Amino acid sequence: MSATTRTPAPTASTRGTMADGRRRSPLAMIVMPLLALLWTVPTLGLLVTSFRTREAAATSGWWSALTQGGWTLDNYAQVLGSASMGTSLVNSIVVAVPATVLPIMFAAFAAYAFTFMEFRGKDLLFIVIVALMVVPIQVAFQPMLDLLGPRGLGINGQFVAVWLLHTGFGMPLAVYTLRNYMATLPGSVVESAKIDGASHFQTFWRLVAPMSSPAIAAFATLQFLWVWNDLLIAKLFIGGGANKTIIVDLQQMLGTQGQGTELLTAGAFISMVVPMIVFFSLQRFLVRGMTSGAVKG
Amino acid sequence: MTTAVAAREERAGSPARPVRLVVGAVGMVLTAWLACNIFLAFAYYPQWFGNSSVVIGLLGLVVGIGGSVLFFRFLNMCVEGLPSRFSEGVIPYAFLLPGFSLIALLLLYPTLQTVVYSFANADSTEWAGLSNYTAVLGSGEFWSALLNNLLWIIVVPIATVALGLGVAVLADKLSPTGEKITKSLIFLPMAISFVGAATIWGLVYAYNAPGTEQTGLLNAIVVALGGDPQPWYQLDTARLNSLLLMVILIWLQTGFAMVLLSSAIKAVPEDTIEAGRMDGASEARIFWQIIFPQVRATLLAVFITVLILVLKVFDVIYVTTNGLYSTDVIANLFFRKLFTDQQAGQASAVVVVLLILVLPILVYQVRSFRAQEAGR
Repeated sequence: MSATTRTPAPTASTRGTMADGRRRSPLAMIVMPLLALLWTVPTLGLLVTSFRTREAAATSGWWSALTQGGWTLDNYAQVLGSASMGTSLVNSIVVAVPATVLPIMFAAFAAYAFTFMEFRGKDLLFIVIVALMVVPIQVAFQPMLDLLGPRGLGINGQFVAVWLLHTGFGMPLAVYTLRNYMATLPGSVVESAKIDGASHFQTFWRLVAPMSSPAIAAFATLQFLWVWNDLLIAKLFIGGGANKTIIVDLQQMLGTQGQGTELLTAGAFISMVVPMIVFFSLQRFLVRGMTSGAVKG
Repeated sequence: MTTAVAAREERAGSPARPVRLVVGAVGMVLTAWLACNIFLAFAYYPQWFGNSSVVIGLLGLVVGIGGSVLFFRFLNMCVEGLPSRFSEGVIPYAFLLPGFSLIALLLLYPTLQTVVYSFANADSTEWAGLSNYTAVLGSGEFWSALLNNLLWIIVVPIATVALGLGVAVLADKLSPTGEKITKSLIFLPMAISFVGAATIWGLVYAYNAPGTEQTGLLNAIVVALGGDPQPWYQLDTARLNSLLLMVILIWLQTGFAMVLLSSAIKAVPEDTIEAGRMDGASEARIFWQIIFPQVRATLLAVFITVLILVLKVFDVIYVTTNGLYSTDVIANLFFRKLFTDQQAGQASAVVVVLLILVLPILVYQVRSFRAQEAGR
């Protein structure tokens, strides 16, 4: 922040301007690449280490890999070859995809009601949504462990349990994001559908849901990243058994010392690949989701 | 005569259609029953599905999506079966019902239950009065965790917002390609899990005995500058280790702040800036007096979002130090009470404290939402 106050005085020469006519800022041209480098170096360290043998990684820093060698593909071969990591990678997908898709349906109907219908208690109910976005999910754990665990339904440790939890916990943000987006749609479209005799269900299904697809994609991106990267719910409600997710697997590997530490870095990188693909392909929607979710819509 | 009837029907709306009403109601109940049972079958009898997680996942998607579409169809049919003067009033609640049922089951009921549990004993079978609170508030580890939480609350949101703003301003002055690349690189950690981030930063903070080659980046730099390697996670003087853990979260969140602030800066009307230039204001003055006031609302929203995240911070501490060396925080203390110590009552009391901590933010959020709606 303070850096910006030292922006040098503008020079009038044409050499100091960019193609679009804006003035070049030497400060930005020096600081930004440095910051970008600083932000990338830790991840780069992980990537390099994941391709090094355990002996090499334990005796020299990753930055000396170019001069000292010790390169190997064994870590990846071992991680992908071991039943555990392969299974947990699949498990993560099985957890994350339904947990991303399921809340959308319920939230979209609620958001439609909040946007295009008038009813008593509307303001109060929406304020409940706004308030619940702030409430820490920790409040739910003890009662839900009772309800889903052996004392209740006995589904703890199964995928169904986390689908249910993520669907419920994602609901406030989903309703909020979708409603904020729907509020920007022209109300006349819905009005004219009504005059044509369309029911609310038809209006929603044929008009509003397709028109809201950018907001749906935005929420889906945020929810997918959150579910994929989640440790707490996965650890409590699926645990470290056969259904464990890759993040729980990684957390268990972090706790071990000695044998197998070389697999940690490769495992960590594999766990990051899927969210990064989602992230880069849906970045546009992600930004939109954040702007409507965190800031006024 | 026919016109009179038509007019009367017009006024009264369509009459009740009992068949639709009944088919809709029965369909709703059947769909919900069937979907719930299939979902339970995934949990109870995985062998029916070949014990395959992929099959269960795919079926879960199909049943979930198909079931909810069918459910809403029947719901709509049932409500439309009512006389139209009722159905108009009922339909909004019908649309809200499934979503709010989930919210009630997974958020509202547990919150109340947790408050109740906080007055019960370790396995929630008997009342324990205020003993959980006296035990929690009387322990040094609680106050240490609370102090750390306060430090996190003060340092992380301010640092994240300041860095995000700085990066957003500077990126705005780069060429479009340069801006895109640098912003993508800083935004990237958003996709990384806390556990992944802890692994990454484990390589930065790694410690090897003095004299041997350092594999941690930070210690390698310290040694290169002539210092002694430090076991960073164990240095609790001035809570240095907590600060180093905060760096991980700041690294993860700066991209988020940058993206939101960057779009706010780009939304500042060019002519207000031009007017400032005409008056001969310096770039710094233009920033503080023209741009800054116009992005303040976004700045505040980002600050609050990061603040909420920081209050619940857990993963980073759990997988690095697990609260040792005075790095504990409330959320990690809760986790330990609930699982390691099997103290459900005290764990609930800790969550109630967390809930009280977020209460001011909750009130603030609701207020600013109302102000914003009033201005719509």
